[in-house]
Amino acid sequence: MELLVASAIGVLTAGGIYLMLRLRTFPVILGISLLTYAVNVFLFASGRLAIGGPPILRDGVEFYSDPLPQALVLTAIVISFGMTAVVVMIALGAYLGADDDRVDDPAETERGDAT
Amino acid sequence: MTHWIIAPVVLPALLAPFIVLAARYHIGIQRVFSVAGVVALIAIAAGLMWQASDGTITLYQLGDWAAPFGIVVVADRLSTMMVMLTSVLALFVLLYAIGSEWDNRGRHFHALFQFQLMGIMGAFLTGDLFNLFVFFEVLLIASYGLMIHAGGNARLRAGVQYVLFNLLGSTLFLFALGSIYAETGTLNMADLAQRVTLIDPEETVGIRLAAVLLLLVFAIKAAVLPLHFWLPSSYAEAPAPVAALFAIMTKVGAYAIIRVYTMVFSPDLEVTAGLHTTWLLPAALASLAIGMIGILAARHFDRLVAFAVIGSMGMVMVSISLFTPTSITAALYYTVHSTLAAAALFLIVDLVRSGRADLRLIAQPVVPGAVLTSALFFAAAIAMAGLPPLSGFLGKLLVLDAAFDSTSAVWIWAVVLISSLIAVVGFSRAGSVLFWKAKATPAPEDEAETAPAPATLSYVAVGGLLALLVAHTVFAGPATRYMTAVSDQLFNPGPYISTVLETPGKLNKPKEGY
Repeated sequence: MELLVASAIGVLTAGGIYLMLRLRTFPVILGISLLTYAVNVFLFASGRLAIGGPPILRDGVEFYSDPLPQALVLTAIVISFGMTAVVVMIALGAYLGADDDRVDDPAETERGDAT
Repeated sequence: MTHWIIAPVVLPALLAPFIVLAARYHIGIQRVFSVAGVVALIAIAAGLMWQASDGTITLYQLGDWAAPFGIVVVADRLSTMMVMLTSVLALFVLLYAIGSEWDNRGRHFHALFQFQLMGIMGAFLTGDLFNLFVFFEVLLIASYGLMIHAGGNARLRAGVQYVLFNLLGSTLFLFALGSIYAETGTLNMADLAQRVTLIDPEETVGIRLAAVLLLLVFAIKAAVLPLHFWLPSSYAEAPAPVAALFAIMTKVGAYAIIRVYTMVFSPDLEVTAGLHTTWLLPAALASLAIGMIGILAARHFDRLVAFAVIGSMGMVMVSISLFTPTSITAALYYTVHSTLAAAALFLIVDLVRSGRADLRLIAQPVVPGAVLTSALFFAAAIAMAGLPPLSGFLGKLLVLDAAFDSTSAVWIWAVVLISSLIAVVGFSRAGSVLFWKAKATPAPEDEAETAPAPATLSYVAVGGLLALLVAHTVFAGPATRYMTAVSDQLFNPGPYISTVLETPGKLNKPKEGY
């Protein structure tokens, strides 16, 4: 169980970082998404891997799972989802405007002066 | 329990949707509400600052739940000072945006501006690391919208880079928070401060990793070398009033470093010993050097100012990384100075841009209103480069004085003094090319009428920022006394921790009838 979760986080992070280092917006956005999945699983695991325990206090229960990481993960999922949507829109705008989806800066001579 | 502490967050949070929903098509009404909101923020900030000035730490428990289980907002000297700085800066930036019609070149400027203020205020006031993350996201998502305000290809491309870099930073922040929670079981800063001291010295790998990750995240926000690459193109391409407001965003990173690394991972804590002097100080010195070299090397006026921001952040970080009460005092003094000077410079860039074809540093025809603009640039450049008589000089003097007893004093003195010289040369070059050599080039007849001189309100806004810099210099005595009180409070976190943890909230037992 620990090995499975840990290696899943590791593989997702590695894949995410590899895709982030590409210079086109589409792979970079996919890479960011993979990284956010990795961090969500990581946050979830930060409350220990406990299966089948209720997250709220009850009479006669000895074994609980930690509810806080679940709340943190929910917040993180909502935020990363929103952020990804924003970056997709901005990247689309940049692509449609420039006819080019490179992430890096154009050469100095091409740089126009936006006002 | 007073509710005023949460007001700097709630007021913009209510104003922004109101502006979107009720005043969507009326720029005049938007302006009135936006300015009124910021003026009210200044009044609230002044009240909070007055309340905190005698050392009282006030606590607000959301929903009346006691820490560390509930969310808390804490107003101490440092928080209220930063809230005050933000709201004063916001007023002048807003006046400039209105004077120069920037707010009318795209949709929803004022609503996004208010959301951005909400995020910044929240980040300064929160007493909880996870809420620091949430408020970072609030200020970032508003800043994405502001960054690409008014559109344009170069701006959208810079916007994509800016968003991607910050998304990566947020992911790192979550990794840091996850490891802190896994190690200590809490994210409340006061509670953390107590728990990290209890960690078994044999098992500190996790918490050390978390401390370094967290420092990395804040260093990205503060644009410390080698994590500064996002700053030059984002700040140069952002609309001028937005870039001026962003001057406070790098300071949010500096604030978070001061807050977390004085209280939670304090300098005398064995777990993180050496983190500041071994890693942060060289990085800060390098960003100071790179920033000032960038001023000399820049081929565009807007990039020059962006590198000046990196340099001045480097200066702040040098002072922070010494982590003594005097050096934190100097860092706070320099933070206020650097925010105001950077904002003024970004607005001056826009004044220059409004009369020229582009911002390349080559001689071009005289810009309309060049006399006043060049005078403002002269004053702002003196402040930023750290020449007497303005506050940049006093700030650098305070930092050098604080570094005197440090073991790396030689390095700090050398880098600060040499980089200041480079900055002076860089600013003089830019000024002479932009304003003096301009006369040598005859103005083409047909273009003379198309570029009107900037509006008076724009000059008032820039002049106001420079007047604040002068006041910061003249009242340096009271200002440093106040900041000494701030750093005394930071290095004596006992009252903060006991206020947060010992204030009773709602009972955690279920009441009758549940």
